[in-house]
Amino acid sequence: MERFKDKEHLVRMAVLFLGAIGIFVVARALMVPKDFGTYGHYRGNALAEVASRPIAYAGRKACEDCHGDIVATRKASKHEKIACEACHGALAQHALSDDPGANKPPRPDAKTLCLVCHLENVAKPKGFPQVNPQDHGDGGPCATCHKPHHPEVS
Amino acid sequence: MNDDRREFLKSTGIYIMLTGAASLAWDHLLAGEPEKAPNYKMMNHWWAMAIDIEKCIGCGNCVRACKTENGVPLEPFFFRTWVERYHIPEGDMEHPEVDSPNGGYDGFPEKYSPGDGSKNFFVPKMCNQCSHSPCTQVCPVGATFETPDGAVLVDSKYCLGCRYCVQACPYGCRFINPKTHTADKCTLCYHRITKGLTTACCEACPTGARKLADLKDPKDPIHEFLRTHKVQVLKPQMATGSKTYYNGLDGSVR
Repeated sequence: MERFKDKEHLVRMAVLFLGAIGIFVVARALMVPKDFGTYGHYRGNALAEVASRPIAYAGRKACEDCHGDIVATRKASKHEKIACEACHGALAQHALSDDPGANKPPRPDAKTLCLVCHLENVAKPKGFPQVNPQDHGDGGPCATCHKPHHPEVS
Repeated sequence: MNDDRREFLKSTGIYIMLTGAASLAWDHLLAGEPEKAPNYKMMNHWWAMAIDIEKCIGCGNCVRACKTENGVPLEPFFFRTWVERYHIPEGDMEHPEVDSPNGGYDGFPEKYSPGDGSKNFFVPKMCNQCSHSPCTQVCPVGATFETPDGAVLVDSKYCLGCRYCVQACPYGCRFINPKTHTADKCTLCYHRITKGLTTACCEACPTGARKLADLKDPKDPIHEFLRTHKVQVLKPQMATGSKTYYNGLDGSVR
């Protein structure tokens, strides 16, 4: 006794479905990157790609490895804790080059440099030393009295 | 009775197998893939940021350093970090006046006069590196994600530029990069912190108002900072799991 009469209909459907599933599986294997899902629902290699960006700021340690004299000058001054590149700018090109002497950074412009931090502003914290350049030190250059690496007037 | 025993054995077997599978998966996760940066073990870090508003002088060093370090377009409106100035007229906490001229890139020209009874302060803003970040949850293609070491990153090769995440971030920390047309944001200087350096903004901050922190490092000063300061995250009601801790955060800050 034939249980399913026209079973070739079912077989045809099943073959179609299997084919579609096969195509899906193959396409998915081809299209989804191998590293997708290493850590989660994203490309694992993306982390290394983001991390591979070259640095622009060398970091304080790189500066201090060579410029020990400046470290000594800054010792116990109010500016001791400030990283070098806060004033001197990004210097990885200088610090990481084979010939740092040839890649010397420009000297910061003292006329504007001090005021970046020390210009008077009501929104600054009360205890922070702030000046109005017009009525402080006769409007002369800051460096006459304050050496940037050791700003205390001696 | 027999049936019960059979059921019991069956379910126990299933549980044992599942636990085994889970522990295998967990081991794999803990082992991680060999990281590309030598000596950097992703599982030993959980990055965060501490910002001390009482120390911020609004100099804009962080904004400039960030743009230099990360090649962020110089036009206004493209910022991975920026500084806001809050001006709160006497007693009117509900209506703070907030401005951020060019994100603080050029500093803050004096706008308010002292002694008018107002409260004024600076608030540095950046990606809060949320551990339950809304921005990663809405990404339809898995192009943005929280890394196992706690940074929220964008895979610019996978990003479609659909802007869902830009709208989802409650802190306004994302933008579409005009060059790549993909989502862009603070990476917590992932290329620096994986090499043992601090972020560019922390490096450039002259007052130590910003401090990169590793919550998994028991020697990190963050633990003492969190213990000894009254800290708050931005928009705690959003339950974003923000890892940017503000000291001295005023209730008027949005």
